[in-house]
Amino acid sequence: MARRLPRKDVAIVGLGWTGSIMALELARAGLEVVAIERGPWRDTATDFNIGTAPDELRYAVRHDIFLRPRQETLTMRNNSSQAALPIRRWGSFLPGNGVGGAGSHWNGQTWRFLPDDLRIRSHLTERYGAGFLPEGNQIQDWPMSYDELEPFYDKFEYVLGISGKAGNLKGEVQPGGNPFEGVRSREYPTPPMKQGYSQELFTKAASGMGLHPFPRPSANLSTAYTNPYGCSMAPCTYCGFCERFGCSNYSKSSPQTCVLPALVREPNFEARTECEVTKVNLSGDGKMAKSVTYIDANGEEWEQPADLVLLCAYGLFNVRLMLLSGIGKPYDFSSGEGVVGRNYAYQTGSGATAFFENVNFNPFAAAGSLGAALDDYNSDNFDHGPHGFVGGASITNAYTNGRPIMYRPTPRGTPTWGSAWKKAVRDTYQRVTNVGAQGSVMSYRANYLDLDPTYKDQLGRPLMRMTFDFQPNEIKMANWMAERCEEIAKAMGAKTTQLNRLTTPWNVVPYQSTHNTGGAVTGADPKTSAVNRYLQSWDVANVFVMGACTFPQNAGYNPTGTVGALTYWALDAIQNKYLKSPGALVQQ
Amino acid sequence: MSSIVKKDATKRRSRLRPLLALALLVAPGAALADPDNLVEITRGKALVTAGDCVACHTAPGGTPFAGGLALQTPFGAIMTPNITPDSTTGIGSWTADDFARAMHDGRRPDGTRLYPAFPYTYYTKVTRADSDAIFAYLRSLEPVSNSVNRSTLPFPFNIRSSMAVWNGLFFTPGEFKSDANKSEEYNRGAYLVEGLGHCGACHTPLNAFGANKADRYLQGGVVDNWTAPNITNDAQAGLGKWSVEEIVQYLKTGQARGVIASGPMKDVVENSTAKLPDADLKAMAVYLKERGAAGPSAPSPVAASDSRMKFGEAIFVDTCAACHVRSGEGIPNVFPKLAGATIATQDDPASLIHIVVTGGQGAATATHPTAPTMPSFGYRLSDEQIAAVVTYVRNSWGNAASPVTADTVKTVRGKVTGAAD
Amino acid sequence: MQTDDRSLMRAKFAPSTEKPKHAGMSRRSLLATAALLITTSGATAKVVTKVLPWRPNEVYPVTPVVPGGWLFFTADEAAVVDAIVDRLIPADELGPGAKEAGVTTFIDRQLTGPYGGHDWLYMQGPFSSNPLPTQGLQSPLTPRQQYRQGLAALSAYCKANFGGRGFTDLNNEEKEKLLSGMEKGDVKFEGFSSRMLFNAVYANTMEGFFADPIYGGNKDMAGWKLIGFPGVRYDFRDVIDNPNKPYTLPPVSMQGRQAWGER
Repeated sequence: MARRLPRKDVAIVGLGWTGSIMALELARAGLEVVAIERGPWRDTATDFNIGTAPDELRYAVRHDIFLRPRQETLTMRNNSSQAALPIRRWGSFLPGNGVGGAGSHWNGQTWRFLPDDLRIRSHLTERYGAGFLPEGNQIQDWPMSYDELEPFYDKFEYVLGISGKAGNLKGEVQPGGNPFEGVRSREYPTPPMKQGYSQELFTKAASGMGLHPFPRPSANLSTAYTNPYGCSMAPCTYCGFCERFGCSNYSKSSPQTCVLPALVREPNFEARTECEVTKVNLSGDGKMAKSVTYIDANGEEWEQPADLVLLCAYGLFNVRLMLLSGIGKPYDFSSGEGVVGRNYAYQTGSGATAFFENVNFNPFAAAGSLGAALDDYNSDNFDHGPHGFVGGASITNAYTNGRPIMYRPTPRGTPTWGSAWKKAVRDTYQRVTNVGAQGSVMSYRANYLDLDPTYKDQLGRPLMRMTFDFQPNEIKMANWMAERCEEIAKAMGAKTTQLNRLTTPWNVVPYQSTHNTGGAVTGADPKTSAVNRYLQSWDVANVFVMGACTFPQNAGYNPTGTVGALTYWALDAIQNKYLKSPGALVQQ
Repeated sequence: MSSIVKKDATKRRSRLRPLLALALLVAPGAALADPDNLVEITRGKALVTAGDCVACHTAPGGTPFAGGLALQTPFGAIMTPNITPDSTTGIGSWTADDFARAMHDGRRPDGTRLYPAFPYTYYTKVTRADSDAIFAYLRSLEPVSNSVNRSTLPFPFNIRSSMAVWNGLFFTPGEFKSDANKSEEYNRGAYLVEGLGHCGACHTPLNAFGANKADRYLQGGVVDNWTAPNITNDAQAGLGKWSVEEIVQYLKTGQARGVIASGPMKDVVENSTAKLPDADLKAMAVYLKERGAAGPSAPSPVAASDSRMKFGEAIFVDTCAACHVRSGEGIPNVFPKLAGATIATQDDPASLIHIVVTGGQGAATATHPTAPTMPSFGYRLSDEQIAAVVTYVRNSWGNAASPVTADTVKTVRGKVTGAAD
Repeated sequence: MQTDDRSLMRAKFAPSTEKPKHAGMSRRSLLATAALLITTSGATAKVVTKVLPWRPNEVYPVTPVVPGGWLFFTADEAAVVDAIVDRLIPADELGPGAKEAGVTTFIDRQLTGPYGGHDWLYMQGPFSSNPLPTQGLQSPLTPRQQYRQGLAALSAYCKANFGGRGFTDLNNEEKEKLLSGMEKGDVKFEGFSSRMLFNAVYANTMEGFFADPIYGGNKDMAGWKLIGFPGVRYDFRDVIDNPNKPYTLPPVSMQGRQAWGER
């Protein structure tokens, strides 16, 4: 039986980006805050020691700092007629674990969504007519505008110290930046990273084609930086050990480098690590959360009462905790009703591989967000009319790493082993680059999350089931983007190129993206969204839900910038609205 | 309805604080505290901060001031006493006279002698008025019952009366006397540094009897296997290149001139100097700058052709340069500068070896909360390799200091990792 | 109840907090350690409050593999694995192959660790007999079982199809043909998927040849030297500043390189 602990003002589930920011700001507002994190405490010098961190086998291949599927995984299938089976080993995506969460092992690409992305249904309908939207879609507008989010994007970027070049400062288009981006109130906190030789070729080629390349916004910092919380960072050394690794030299923005040092100083904050929250307990009428139950490292069960419960775990696991706790009506595919689990979406990946001669790209001199990008084919920045699909992609030439267990491309048709393979691996490593398209995925009735009827976790709770496949619209879009990538690759001077089409059906084995979105989406209508515009549960007013699970559908960008902006946006509503008058912030 | 509704979150903390203070005053054991004495108590608290009493008088994970920390001395470990006003295990039965006698003469109420691990050789300079204020503050604390074994020293050092002889040799009792030829600020600084601050306890070498060598006052010492550098105004080994403002900034924030406080100084900054008024910090800096300079003359650097320098350079480039930068310049606020750093060129290399072996956390202060932390490399580098890289750091970018041997590393490693000598 | 491998790992590699270790332990470290051990209302959670936790000597390195002998394989199994990896990455004019680089030792040691038992993976049943190709790993067999059963099946196959000879007795052409068949799944072993064995050895061979030498393979950084990967250097600011130039510095492993001097 769970033992009851003294009440806290705020209980936070998960201590990554969103949890640490919420904890710091609410503790500073004078509230008693406890953060409960199922993984261990992690910090730079101890866990990301420069002598142990650059270990590809341990971290990138064996997934040492990730959530272990034995503790929790999902089941998956491509459509609802199939039997879902557990993801026994992570592949297509890689959920984090421990203090810092995915914020400690991410690449650091920190984008804003475009103004059109946030009112995409209205925009597409206005421009192309309602009939242009793909079959079975559940695309919906976000309930807040870009202009409303802008101050919070800005705040998040300044906490992280993002390195980049503004493309639109207060309405003035800036040379060298992204001319398609929404209006920014000020320049990035730090200048863009240096680019490598391959990005030089990309920028030149794309510019020559009339496209608009720019250095992508990076949480691997170009210079030393001290953020508004007083936390200091060092410049990136281009070591190429970002994604799947913690950063050894304080140069990648993370909860560790940007928030936790300030957070632990707040006397009314405490973190409990290696404690897994199993349930949010609701009042008899189901309208208020009373407490959270968690299990500590010794397997003992505790109940932590709190006035406010913030779900700040990885998005997918926030959705599962809602389903397990009865927060919001579960989505039912057969009837199309219910909201929790609705509108799961993902990301497309396609592009072109480019082989050069007599070059030294030095792919190991890299960083998670090093790279040049262009947005000419993203969102609705181009006329979709002739193409018959909606959505778009950011197109990038980048090296995130040159780590050889996983990165040693060879031309198609090369033997997979033997002396010929060995020669090809050696001859290709320095002269290959990639132009990639990271594309949007719209929301569809057929792509969703619910509880699995068969498979359970170690505690006997049902695993969450993911039913997902790329739909014809996304396949068409991604493959069109691949051709655009190939055009650029050729213009860069590649001797040969290879088209990389979107792999379908969606396969859980090869790594693709950890940009899992939706399942607890934000919206203006409680019939089609789980949380209101302030990320507050429509059904349980003292529960707020953070993360990409609140995205109504996914755009052609990495989600973290928008996750951070939404966090500060929700925080603002909690501080300035909710704490003054607790209850539903939007009337139904 | 949530209970939060009744709270004004933004004001709650400030409302709570006076309540907490009141609770302290009315707590059962605090009855001894005189509520009319609030000004005195507040002043005493500031002085206790200046003296960093909490650092020694608190056990790991224990209640502040309840004692029980094992202080290492060359003669054995001494457990620090409980100085909360508990009448049986603390100083609850003491009078202000008793307390002043301990501070000024190093004696307990019964007349037996204290060991100079309690720095009465410095506290003797504290004025009686300040001693009384400190006592008043300690009396306002909640009494904690914590019995500490005060007899842990081995024979013959456990014979407290032997301290009479020691005192005769090394102890000059007497309150601080200001120097009429110096400014008021200088004298304030001297009072703090020489008295409560007891800076010399660490920053002055010890003689064979565990007494600070008076003739080498503030010229650097070793504490807990860390080097406490020369803090005279010496240009090469000390603070000669530091401005008064830089010293103040260092004491306030833990960082200045590419130096980040670590080792025992991290605690001094966090618990004590960061909380002192700027005027006191400035006074201390003025005193340290004006007091004078003394230190060894710089040796010539170890030749770059020396094999230790070659090995050391390879290790530095592959392991250290990603943070400290190839030029040894470091990164402001995060990675200490090694080029020209006095800690790198002190005659005693203990700090460099220590931090390479165990790692070390930097000071965290309100304006610089990051606490940049050096990772531990003891698991990765052999004694020879550490000797090489430390020798390299001590003799590169204009630095010059004696080379370090593998034997020295082995000795320090044994002490700081608990590994067998 | 849940167990956490990481806690076990911490216990294994981290300096014990129980050990009375006052000598050289700084005051700060004592405070920080305390922060980790403080309990709240009896809860046994690790609680972090007030200060960033840190302890002297706290680090979580892997244990370097010491080559020599076999911890999992029998001598016969090891000989077969040696022969397979030697064909997958042969020694040739470009440099050492997988066998010379210690890949068999790498695999042997990996199999004795958590990887060998799929310890971190979701291994609860039921196990489907007809999973979709998109559903990935669905076999109940751990890598240890895959090698033990797979190598036995290979051995039996060779004896039956090559006149009583074992895999190591085949000439290179025969070995390569057989491996190609296993890769495609065309070769049928008795009671075991030849493709599963091939995939396991193939994946582990690539891991071993390109992983840090601390794990027993990639001896003398042979895999890294082959392609020009500089290892764990962690600072390529000079490379970014000098685009399109050949990289000439030798690689560095987690245990350093020769220029570091005596270990």
